[in-house]
Amino acid sequence: MLADPSVSAAVADAHRREWAFVLAATVRVTGDLGMAEECVQDAYAQALSTWGDRGVPARPGAWLTTVARRRAVDAGRRDATLRRSLPLLLDDRVDPGPQIADPEEIADDRLRLVFTCCHPALRLEAQVALTLRLLCGLTTAEVAAAFLVSEPTMAARLTRAKKKISGARIPYRVPAAGELPTRVDAVLTVVHLLFTTGHTAPVGADLIRRDLVERALDLTRMLRALLPRDADVAGLLALILLTDARSATRVGGDGRLVLLAEQDRTRWDRNAIGEGVALVREALRRRPPGRFALMAAIAAVHAEAPSWTDTDWGELVALYDLLVQLWPSPVVALNRAVAVGFAAGIDAGLHALDALAAEPQLAGYAYLPAARADLLRRLGRLSEARTAYEEALLLTQNTVERDFLTARLDKLGQAQAKPGSTHPGPAPSAPR
Amino acid sequence: MAQYLILIYEDEAAWATAGPEGYEQAMKEHTAFGHANGAALRGGNALQPTGTATTVRREPTGSFSVTDGPFVETKEALGGYYLVEAADLDEALAVAKQVPAPFGGVEVRPVQVFD
Repeated sequence: MLADPSVSAAVADAHRREWAFVLAATVRVTGDLGMAEECVQDAYAQALSTWGDRGVPARPGAWLTTVARRRAVDAGRRDATLRRSLPLLLDDRVDPGPQIADPEEIADDRLRLVFTCCHPALRLEAQVALTLRLLCGLTTAEVAAAFLVSEPTMAARLTRAKKKISGARIPYRVPAAGELPTRVDAVLTVVHLLFTTGHTAPVGADLIRRDLVERALDLTRMLRALLPRDADVAGLLALILLTDARSATRVGGDGRLVLLAEQDRTRWDRNAIGEGVALVREALRRRPPGRFALMAAIAAVHAEAPSWTDTDWGELVALYDLLVQLWPSPVVALNRAVAVGFAAGIDAGLHALDALAAEPQLAGYAYLPAARADLLRRLGRLSEARTAYEEALLLTQNTVERDFLTARLDKLGQAQAKPGSTHPGPAPSAPR
Repeated sequence: MAQYLILIYEDEAAWATAGPEGYEQAMKEHTAFGHANGAALRGGNALQPTGTATTVRREPTGSFSVTDGPFVETKEALGGYYLVEAADLDEALAVAKQVPAPFGGVEVRPVQVFD
């Protein structure tokens, strides 16, 4: 019998909202990540049939946790070895016994799960995979699809990570206050990576991977609820909201890339921008501001500018200057150079870009030659611009970006046929 | 509680040019480290340079090959270790961060428990 669609929807909703809560609470009983995952999966399967018969419970998360924990107790009784496959280090394991605790009293253990998934002793790619599997509840196949690797590869990656958690005794707890800032930064790095991977997919036919963007936003909102006074969390949430507010206008109806300069600003999500700007203000109140707060402030300058030409480039360069000091990444320096090109003139921008030419980290990065190409084109140095566009084309595998660069090259061909015409226009490397 | 081996990997060439003051300074730092972490320490030693190492491998034929030098040639070689007792990885890492290793770093490995 097929489940009632409203029940399926309620289960899907509970999956998205409650998975991390249910899993974290179940881990406290099983003391084993793998076993907790299975029990939680079973609980969701049971919800599909039980909720159809008896209706959706008032507190789905508590219902699911109770069922998952009961399964854990039963399975543990049936086979004690099950419990020991990937033992996890708990300083206060809960034994609910035959009587399951009052659902009202189930502790919110999500932060412990967050810090375990994003422990710096795990490789970054493993942290990201664990986050999607354990915090977002994606299946191994879905996590594999998100990173374009085969399912066995992803399964092996997840197992290796869980074995390290167990074998090296990575603790299941919230770090002490002294460690907290660096550990929160590690968590935010994972979520930010998830967001940027979704915002501009490195490979594939789609520019935006909506699923990853949504997951990153859900995770950041969860962190905001769990750490409401953390300025870096506020900064990342602001950054995601302000950047994603433009997503509807980044690709045109014909599937082509639309640059920030040409986007229809009336279609930007004003609610997201409003929420993001308020969060930026809050995040900037901490001195000195963190990197996500500064990146969000940069996004806010764009979000609040009435048009590309009315953008406050001086303010942007000032924000990039602060960001480069705090986070000396060549990619930040590249974006700063593009802003300089608008604030202080094309020659100044080109000068700033040329200073980055030898940067090994930018060697395979398409935005560097694309940004150079744009400035050269605006200066009328068309054959140099052509070479730079061709170089950029060699470095990106994203279809939408490739189409954009090819179109630029074609336009350049027409311009070269008519000397003197330089097509003033936006930079392809500008924030999008 | 669990035991972790903290393996100290450092650039031997840098040590060779550090001179007597360098050695003296390192000895002071290791002594201070030992005092600060005495409760966690279960053992530790410095090793002689890899120039003194001999590698033994069993060949597929069953005989042994005995060769001069370390198992793996790397710029940063194993030069010493501490065995520590810690509740979890975070505690072990907190100790590891205090190990003096001016010309390299350390690797933290949980000791296998057979039960």
